[in-house]
Amino acid sequence: MQNSWMYIGLFLFIGIVIPVAPLIIAAVIAPKKPNPIKQSTYECGMETVGDSWVQFKAQYYVFALAFLIFDVETVFLFPWALSLNALPFFAVLEGIVFILILLAGLAYLWRKGMLEWV
Amino acid sequence: MSFWNFWTDPIGISDAWLRGLFAGWGMPEFWVSLLVSLIGIVVLVVFALVLDIMLVWVERKVVARFQGRLGPNRVGPYGLFQPFPDIVKLIIKEDITPAGADKVVFNMAPVISAMSVIILWAIFPLAAKVYGTDLNVGVLYLVAAGAFGTLAVIMAGWSSNNKYALLGAFRSVATMISFEIPLVVALMIPVILTGSMSLKTITEAQVNGPWFILVAPLGFIIFLISAIAELGRSPFDLNEGESEIVSGFHIEYSGMKFGWFYAGELLHTFTVGGLMGILFFGGWSWFGLENWLPWLSSPLMGAIAVLGKAMFGYWVIMWIKYTVPRIRIDHMLALNWKFLTPLAFVLLMMMAVLHSLLKGQDVLIYTGAMLAANFVLGWITLEILRRTARQQRGTVEAPKPVAQH
Repeated sequence: MQNSWMYIGLFLFIGIVIPVAPLIIAAVIAPKKPNPIKQSTYECGMETVGDSWVQFKAQYYVFALAFLIFDVETVFLFPWALSLNALPFFAVLEGIVFILILLAGLAYLWRKGMLEWV
Repeated sequence: MSFWNFWTDPIGISDAWLRGLFAGWGMPEFWVSLLVSLIGIVVLVVFALVLDIMLVWVERKVVARFQGRLGPNRVGPYGLFQPFPDIVKLIIKEDITPAGADKVVFNMAPVISAMSVIILWAIFPLAAKVYGTDLNVGVLYLVAAGAFGTLAVIMAGWSSNNKYALLGAFRSVATMISFEIPLVVALMIPVILTGSMSLKTITEAQVNGPWFILVAPLGFIIFLISAIAELGRSPFDLNEGESEIVSGFHIEYSGMKFGWFYAGELLHTFTVGGLMGILFFGGWSWFGLENWLPWLSSPLMGAIAVLGKAMFGYWVIMWIKYTVPRIRIDHMLALNWKFLTPLAFVLLMMMAVLHSLLKGQDVLIYTGAMLAANFVLGWITLEILRRTARQQRGTVEAPKPVAQH
């Protein structure tokens, strides 16, 4: 096919259809005998205490923020990396200044103790 | 003769034959190409899944050998047919949905998990002329498909209505998003070296030049570590740590839904092994032997080379999985943010400068300089690590004796 994004779209479709097929077969032929004990939340033989959707540690949030910054900036780096062969040396150094600013951000997070799992 | 002609370009010839056939039936041009692509995709996905089924056997046999057991040895020769009864069992098992689960999200999660792996095969180049499609942003596509895997994990953990599952999903997402940064930076190194994001072009550059494992060994090591973390395999398998959160995000799944998580993990590991082969070990090239033996550059031998390299990568990941114990989450995140991420960025800067300085030079000088620079950077890193470790050991107080007589 000429258009590779059409191909990827078809692949996504098949990639969903093929995993769904055995699930449908299983839904048809597998036994279904639900009872309240079988359907209760699994927890080492004890009853679950309280709500299952517990609060999470705030540190996960800090790491997610740090990830967000870096991920966006790495997307900016891809065009630079891609055209490195055509770029003059000065433009390569500009890209390096950009990475150094990124690393300064990482050093700031590190100094502030945001990278500690406390 | 036509038989041998077929094997020089099997995909191209069957493609042309099918197109001729459908056009002969009077189909419009658009539907012909759609149908031909559809057939090709189904064949490719079924091939990947058959491979996946055999990987179940490989995984069980190898873990058994690592642990001094025999592994599956009853069904068929060497237990080769063991996965088939396994699948039948998974399908006829009762499928339990826990009360209070978010049913839509709960049922979607395993499908998305399997899909995130299967779609990687769309751009997986098996040989010079055997690949799904040659996407010009292939490397970015790999990162995007990996993000689907993270989504599946958080969907499974959140919708299961189980504390273990939720904790596993939290940890898993923290690992995956953290290690994605060194992974992306390591992926950027082949992009710098070839000036292309297409996996096919990256492989061709290695067929005609040095393999990138020689040019960027440190990049390969960073890629290996962060890929294992992305896969959630031991020593980074905090998301399913059996001894603490039982099975993590897929604890409430049973039957074929669990089967998809398991099969998806195995196929993902194999695919990552294959990507290592494609990005750093020259894809379908046979160590440069194809310059003397032209039959080695045929598509069939190319596919054998890629799958063999993928199997080797898979074996290395299994080897690490079954020999290294699980590490603590704070150690794991410190390993990423304080070690791998700075190292990956420093390596990226070094490679960019060296590449733009040396790009016109002879291959031997270029490769030698890159290799030497990698070794120097690796040595400096090890020296810094050693100093830091010594310093930290100095600050820790000796344990006080508990019992005194």
